[in-house]
Amino acid sequence: MSALLGSAPSLVPAATTVGNPAINIGIFALFVVVTLAIVIRASRNNRSAAEYYAGGRAFTGRQNGIAIAGDYLSAASFLGIAGAIAINGYDGFLYSIGFLVAWLVALLLVAELLRNVGKYTMADVLSFRLRQRPVRIAAAISTLVVSFFYLLAQMAGAGGLVALLLGIEGAVGQRLVIVVVGILMIFYVIFGGMKGTTWVQIIKAVLLIIGAAIMTVWVLAKFGLSLSNLLGEATAASQEAGGKDLLQPGLQYKNPVDFISLSMALVLGTAGLPHVLMRFYTVPTSREARRSVVWAIWLIGIFYIFTLILGFGAAELVGAAAIKAAPGGVNSAAPLLAFELGGEILLGIISAVAFATILAVVAGLTITASASLSHDIYNTVVKKGTATPEEEVKVARIAALVLGAIAIIGGIFALGQNIAFLVALAFAIAASANLPTILYSLFWKRFNTRGALWSIYGGLISAITLIIFSPVVSGKPIDPLTKKSPSMLQGVDFHWFPLDNPGIISIPLGFVLGYIGTVTSREYNAAKYAEMEVRSLTGHGAETATQH
Amino acid sequence: MSKEAPERVVDDPNVAMQNSPEFAQLRSKFRRFVFPLTALFLAWYFLYVLLSVFAKDFMGTRVLGNITWGLILGLLQFVSTFTITMVYARWADRVFDPEAEALAQKMGVKQ
Repeated sequence: MSALLGSAPSLVPAATTVGNPAINIGIFALFVVVTLAIVIRASRNNRSAAEYYAGGRAFTGRQNGIAIAGDYLSAASFLGIAGAIAINGYDGFLYSIGFLVAWLVALLLVAELLRNVGKYTMADVLSFRLRQRPVRIAAAISTLVVSFFYLLAQMAGAGGLVALLLGIEGAVGQRLVIVVVGILMIFYVIFGGMKGTTWVQIIKAVLLIIGAAIMTVWVLAKFGLSLSNLLGEATAASQEAGGKDLLQPGLQYKNPVDFISLSMALVLGTAGLPHVLMRFYTVPTSREARRSVVWAIWLIGIFYIFTLILGFGAAELVGAAAIKAAPGGVNSAAPLLAFELGGEILLGIISAVAFATILAVVAGLTITASASLSHDIYNTVVKKGTATPEEEVKVARIAALVLGAIAIIGGIFALGQNIAFLVALAFAIAASANLPTILYSLFWKRFNTRGALWSIYGGLISAITLIIFSPVVSGKPIDPLTKKSPSMLQGVDFHWFPLDNPGIISIPLGFVLGYIGTVTSREYNAAKYAEMEVRSLTGHGAETATQH
Repeated sequence: MSKEAPERVVDDPNVAMQNSPEFAQLRSKFRRFVFPLTALFLAWYFLYVLLSVFAKDFMGTRVLGNITWGLILGLLQFVSTFTITMVYARWADRVFDPEAEALAQKMGVKQ
């Protein structure tokens, strides 16, 4: 390995193939074999809806907490944040703070109450005391949109990673690998259900956190175990190359309002992410839901401290120019750092972990979206609540197949987008469309159907509209280094909204519309509200674990 | 769950529970604990965000070697998040859960 470290300077020009593709694929294949075996074991009693959607509610708080960390520490956290810190220093670090603090909203206001009230999906809670059909449809649409954006981010990460690891520059090869990842994921979801998916996430979280811990210690050891040394050398390296002081705020966010907008989306988005909320149904009680969040907060927080060190480590040891020039762009900072530290073996391990991450998160998103399609749309809207659990599970599996196909196609189109940033958009939509309704529904007696619909649709439509007409989609000036505009579309400019993130407008709008809709409607179901509130606080009547 | 809400009679046990003084006490105890804590961590988070945006020179000032105020305050966000998590979990386990369970018992085991 020391020979490899010594030959590191040759990495920069030959960045198209880093490491040994055979090793990368071999380690990843091992992960796939192990997880497939577990998924097949888990699939034995996956017939009932509670088994398929909620893993029989039989996971402990600790297991679920680790799985939540596995779900949440997506490619955006590992690849995106490490890359953002490597390139933009302090501004990249700000992402992780928002992502972490956001968990307090989930812990204090949402997790336990939601666990007590709901059954399988977010819509269960939102529609509990309101009119079922319209609210469920709205909640399902919002679930699908948020999951889609999140999914796109993960698939984009997969593409970039593949490009880097297998040296596949050709579009056909990259697409082929996205297809393989997509098919594997579909298999996990259809056969493993929530139980299989949860185990994949647990294994992946453990591997990811251990991998990041090893790299963190390694980086620190190179700088005399001193954070200050690391920061100093990273900043010096950056300034020699391009003249940026990585410790200064404002490298990534020139516009203060844009940054405030992003911060709102990050801190208020987590507790509105449907795939996070659905995880709370996999434990038997609200007390275990609380334990899940406590575990998740510790693991996620510690992991983000690792990414801080990995990001600055990559800035110094790999260098911003090499990161930007690599096929995966910003997202390749962490894998390149792994190669720099431990050669092709460590790169192989870290890449396999990153692949596993994408696979696990995509599986979690797909099961959430398919559950919502089946439980909320098919059962309530199409079958008017008469579908048997077997029918529901069957439809959910078909939905997973279709959604998997959409994820594959979307991933091909999303290649090359910065993933932390795509995820930030998913957070903005979740915070605008879902969180207001969840909080009103749990805490505001007067809340009613019109309020929910105005809030969900208002938040959703305003967030998406503002994104479409933002510089994210069109109109950013061309970057002299890459000769491309950082916007999604090249060569057109139809933006009129000045900010990258819509949160500062769409989140307050979601809350205000929910308020106005509510006070202009007389509807109020006292009995259902009583049932919901008593159930949310005391746990009386909450869904219990299935027996084995 | 999946059916429209049935019409309830006036002597609905949930309504009775909801209107009982014990339940009102449980609810206000919960809200008096979590609402101020939420306000606190959100205020502290947005203070940090605003400092990062409008006090860039201060946040970029090196304090300990190359460690800046921005990093120190950022790491303190981690510390405060961990602290609030532990404080809440302890309170919920010891104070809230026993009272909530007592009321659930009162409602009966079956729905």
